[in-house]
Amino acid sequence: MRLYLKFVAMHLKRSMAYKQSFFMSTLGQFLISFSAFLSMWFLLSRFGTVGGYTLGECMLCAGVTLSGFSLAECFFRGFDRFSGIVKSAGFDRVMLRPRGLMLQVLCDDIEFARLGKLIQSIVMLAWGVARSPVAWTPWRALVLLLMVAGGTVIFAALFILYAALCFFTLEGLEVVNIFTHGMREYGVYPLDVYGGGILKFCTFVIPYALFQYYPLMALLGRTEHWFLGLMPMLTPLFLIPCAALWQIGVRRYKSAGS
Amino acid sequence: MGRFHPHLSFFRMQLIKGLQYRTAAWAGIFTQFFWGFMQIQLYRALYAAHQSTFPMALSGLVSYIWLRQAFLALLNTWSYEYELFDMILSGNVALELCRPVGLYGMWFARNAALRVSRAALRCGPILIISALLPAPWGLNPPASWGAFAAFLLSLILTLGVTCAMTLIVYFSCFYTLSSQGLRTVLDPVTEFLNGAIVPLPFMPAWLSSVLRYTPFGAMVNAPLRIYSGDIRGMELTETLLLQVFWLAALTGLGWLIQHRGLKRLCLQGG
Amino acid sequence: MIQVEHLTKSYRVSRRSGGLIKAVAALGKRDTERVVALDDLSFTVSDGEIVGYIGPNGAGKSTTIKILSGILTPDSGECLVDGRVPWRERKRHVARIGVVFGQRSQLWWDVPVIDSFDLLKDIYRVDASRYKKNLDELTGLLDLETLLRTPARQLSLGQRMRCEVAAALLHDPDLLFLDEPTIGLDAVSKLALRKFILERNRARGTTVLLTTHDMQDIEALATRVLLIGRGKLLLDGSFEDVRASLPGTGSLDEMAAALYRRYGV
Repeated sequence: MRLYLKFVAMHLKRSMAYKQSFFMSTLGQFLISFSAFLSMWFLLSRFGTVGGYTLGECMLCAGVTLSGFSLAECFFRGFDRFSGIVKSAGFDRVMLRPRGLMLQVLCDDIEFARLGKLIQSIVMLAWGVARSPVAWTPWRALVLLLMVAGGTVIFAALFILYAALCFFTLEGLEVVNIFTHGMREYGVYPLDVYGGGILKFCTFVIPYALFQYYPLMALLGRTEHWFLGLMPMLTPLFLIPCAALWQIGVRRYKSAGS
Repeated sequence: MGRFHPHLSFFRMQLIKGLQYRTAAWAGIFTQFFWGFMQIQLYRALYAAHQSTFPMALSGLVSYIWLRQAFLALLNTWSYEYELFDMILSGNVALELCRPVGLYGMWFARNAALRVSRAALRCGPILIISALLPAPWGLNPPASWGAFAAFLLSLILTLGVTCAMTLIVYFSCFYTLSSQGLRTVLDPVTEFLNGAIVPLPFMPAWLSSVLRYTPFGAMVNAPLRIYSGDIRGMELTETLLLQVFWLAALTGLGWLIQHRGLKRLCLQGG
Repeated sequence: MIQVEHLTKSYRVSRRSGGLIKAVAALGKRDTERVVALDDLSFTVSDGEIVGYIGPNGAGKSTTIKILSGILTPDSGECLVDGRVPWRERKRHVARIGVVFGQRSQLWWDVPVIDSFDLLKDIYRVDASRYKKNLDELTGLLDLETLLRTPARQLSLGQRMRCEVAAALLHDPDLLFLDEPTIGLDAVSKLALRKFILERNRARGTTVLLTTHDMQDIEALATRVLLIGRGKLLLDGSFEDVRASLPGTGSLDEMAAALYRRYGV
């Protein structure tokens, strides 16, 4: 933990070395997710509802997905740009240090420009909370918290998965973006909007629905099963296969080099 | 081997480079497919509940989405060659002046080659598969032969406008120390305003009627809506003329920035 | 210190041919080929030696270094460094070695050098008093006083390399790998670096394994020379022996070229 904080301080110093560019990137990061919000706002103010959800309900959903994504991105950014580390043989350097590999990759890049995104997603979440028709109780607040935490876990696991794949191939990894950046964009709407097939995929293959659709139903009072609100607690299970693939990848790197 | 015109030669190099990464090409196709599909699903959900207020024909919108996915590399704002930024920032761009071709023309050709080669590798499979998909999801044929011809013309003009825009970003490096900031702000704004995320007809009326006359309206918006006949008649002529105008204006502006930047560089001695 | 026995390592590399038509054809399939990097390699290095590890490009030098430093696992063969098998006990092993790559940096580009050192202190768990002692000593010997407050990107190559060497020694390693440490340096910096390495070796008994293409490095530093070619050990002897066996060659580079020719590598 101490080491992690030290890394955080180093990254802060580094980004301060280029102040102008730092603020521009913060603004850029803000704009990227702002456009997701703006398109949602345009569509819903034109049509009123999508798949039966109002703007307030979609905002709540978008706030959860974006907060989960930005939190994961803030901390797991090192995994997100892992292909660069492997390409530039930077992983050799990581292997040469007497510390855990995951911790070092975690520390490799912490980008403060992403705070812009995080703050924005939290604002959206707050707005969604205010605009949504949910009558807030301690239980529902807990569900909301679990949803954000579950989202962070799922996206973090996907970043690890992405990094693990870098050990096998450096080509074609943009497919994984479907599941990270793609989900950030499309996950602003409740998943059943896209039809039953997509919802099934998002339950059993990559379990986004665990932190998004199911608990949202409990929150909006659209289901009688209260336990759906606890579904985000299952998300850590998804870390297991991702971390296992990472381990296999490290073993492969050791035997094949880069 | 015959001799290539220098500009064509860039195209050939980019194509060879692109072909080296075959997994990347397939992955790109698959990714664009998935994104297109998700978009269509979303708009279908909207259409199902709000048919009467839907501002475009659903079939036209579906074609819009598939064409955008197929020609993504041709039309996006983020197709940069990063070494060109470095070249300006380090002053090495002066070395480019030794070559027997003009800098603006050469870089314009490079960027166009990059886009065309990337799109050439990917558009075929996407167009074929999306055309084979069943009714609500599939790519529809163009509205008419005339619309198709106008679409092709407009697509070429869009490529020109987009390249001219990219070159302005390149050459702005003469005046700023880092290109990254400008890029991270300009790219999402352009992407949004040119209709790559939400098509212009779905934006509020006041916004889309303004955007029509800006360079943003002269980008992806034009060819993709011409194809399905969403833009036709007088509006079609007007749109094409606007594209020609913006192509000329942005090329002129880019060339001017380049010219003055180089002059400054030479005076300072790099 | 280092015992290497029958080390073997091979890689798979893909072949691509030039031209547009061939590139299209290659979309379907791609040829791969096995390349042997190390072929039954054995040698030992004793405590306190400075060994020059030489050979032409692609001979297997960096593969050896990567195996010895725990980055790669060999296909077969044994290797013990100070009683440790590098790739099996990575963390314990790398805490006791220092590595300098002449062409890569472990300093943070945009922050003052001292901050990078400070971070390394925590990565290697060097306690505060020992860190201070080592830092003072290295600062004196390598003349870093004025450099520590400068961001690495503003240092000249020679200045940066002095900092890199210091960074690799902050945790008192018993074994130091230097991979082309003098590449691109001017004469003054080269001499200073060589002098420092010799002093460190004499004062602390640090074992040094040095790969380089600069025969003057070898002449100035190495007590022993290992020549490797096509993954095999071709020669093991003192620098003087090598020199004496090749009479009539003028400069050191000519000598090295004659040596490579003799072994057909």
